[in-house]
Amino acid sequence: MPAQIFSRNANANLRVALIGITLLLFGIVAALIGLYLSPWYTEQGVAKAQPVPFSHAHHVTQLKIDCRYCHNTVERAATAGFPATETCMSCHSQIWTTSPLLQTVRDSYKNDTTIVWNRIYDLPAFVYFNHSIHVAKGIGCTTCHGQIGAMPLTYKAQPLYMGWCLGCHRDPAQNIRPRDQVFNVDYKVDSLPLADRQQLVIDYKIPTDGRLTNCYTCHR
Amino acid sequence: MAKAAPNRTISRLARLAWLPLLLILSACHIDMYDQAKYKSNQPSDFFQDGRAMRPPVPNTVSMGTFNPSSALLTGKLDGQLVTDLPAEITLDANLLARGRTVFNAYCAPCHGLLGNGQGVIAFRGPLVVPSYHNDRLRTIPIGYFFDVATNGINRMYGYGGRISPEDRWAVVAYIRALQLSQNADVTSLTPEDQVKVEAGE
Repeated sequence: MPAQIFSRNANANLRVALIGITLLLFGIVAALIGLYLSPWYTEQGVAKAQPVPFSHAHHVTQLKIDCRYCHNTVERAATAGFPATETCMSCHSQIWTTSPLLQTVRDSYKNDTTIVWNRIYDLPAFVYFNHSIHVAKGIGCTTCHGQIGAMPLTYKAQPLYMGWCLGCHRDPAQNIRPRDQVFNVDYKVDSLPLADRQQLVIDYKIPTDGRLTNCYTCHR
Repeated sequence: MAKAAPNRTISRLARLAWLPLLLILSACHIDMYDQAKYKSNQPSDFFQDGRAMRPPVPNTVSMGTFNPSSALLTGKLDGQLVTDLPAEITLDANLLARGRTVFNAYCAPCHGLLGNGQGVIAFRGPLVVPSYHNDRLRTIPIGYFFDVATNGINRMYGYGGRISPEDRWAVVAYIRALQLSQNADVTSLTPEDQVKVEAGE
């Protein structure tokens, strides 16, 4: 009689191994999804170092400078606009003129070289986001850019996944605000009751017939 | 028969063993995220200055009806400062409201919300910002304000590249309103408003 090839526990071992492998696969998938949603991957809430340690908290909250002073194309173009060095120097040719923190800015102005900022909100090349239409329809800066007025160094306030975009495109009433509050960084969306916000959606002629969720609204 | 079942399960599983590889493939697929094209404000290693956004060639002018020396774009007509808004701009409440918005965003940091030169930048620095509220500036042709807003003056930079001509005219109209607001005769108000002024409202 040949020797036993399989041990007494072989069947049990196999079952345990199968269950283990299945759990492991699910675990790997769950871990990947977790990583995909985590700030480690989305960079949500992660401040980046910049060539000039620009503080929105100082300029926006303490000095009360309007968003548009620097991002001056936000009302008429797709991009809000990185301020040109000339914009910085409009004030900093007069104040803090010897600050070492601003040496990069002065060099840029003097030598006509570009300050290369590290981009915080980097949309994929197949997304055609337009700032001007959102601003014109009562979507405020802080809806996407978070508490920008409280950020010393700028960070991403939203993960920028498509599901997040669609949430608002399906139901703009959750984020809409009066047009004159768009650039108010302290505005709370809840300060207007839902019924009033739904009325704003109608007043601002925001299509609710599903056009906003068509693929080609954002992908062309 | 019962013993054969796990073997079949294993071979079936083995046939699907390549599936997790798809995950790796999807993770490496970024050629659509970063396409071979430029978007605004992106760096470029092709152009000498390292910028993808190109300035117009020097001395470029638009073709067609664009007139770079028109009153709308310079605040001057035949070299003289204009005394009225250009024909393209209509003076109404909307223009003044827009003017206030733009003034508060771009001008108020130095000139102050009242145009008295007490803005937050002036407050923090050594510079003295002139007030709008004096006889010279109350009587100067409005083209002057447009010209200064466009090209700058003394230590003030020009804002022609940042504020559209229509918005600059709105600001000019609003500056006139500010001047009136700080230099109005009480007797020119309606009786109701005079009562309010007396009451300190």
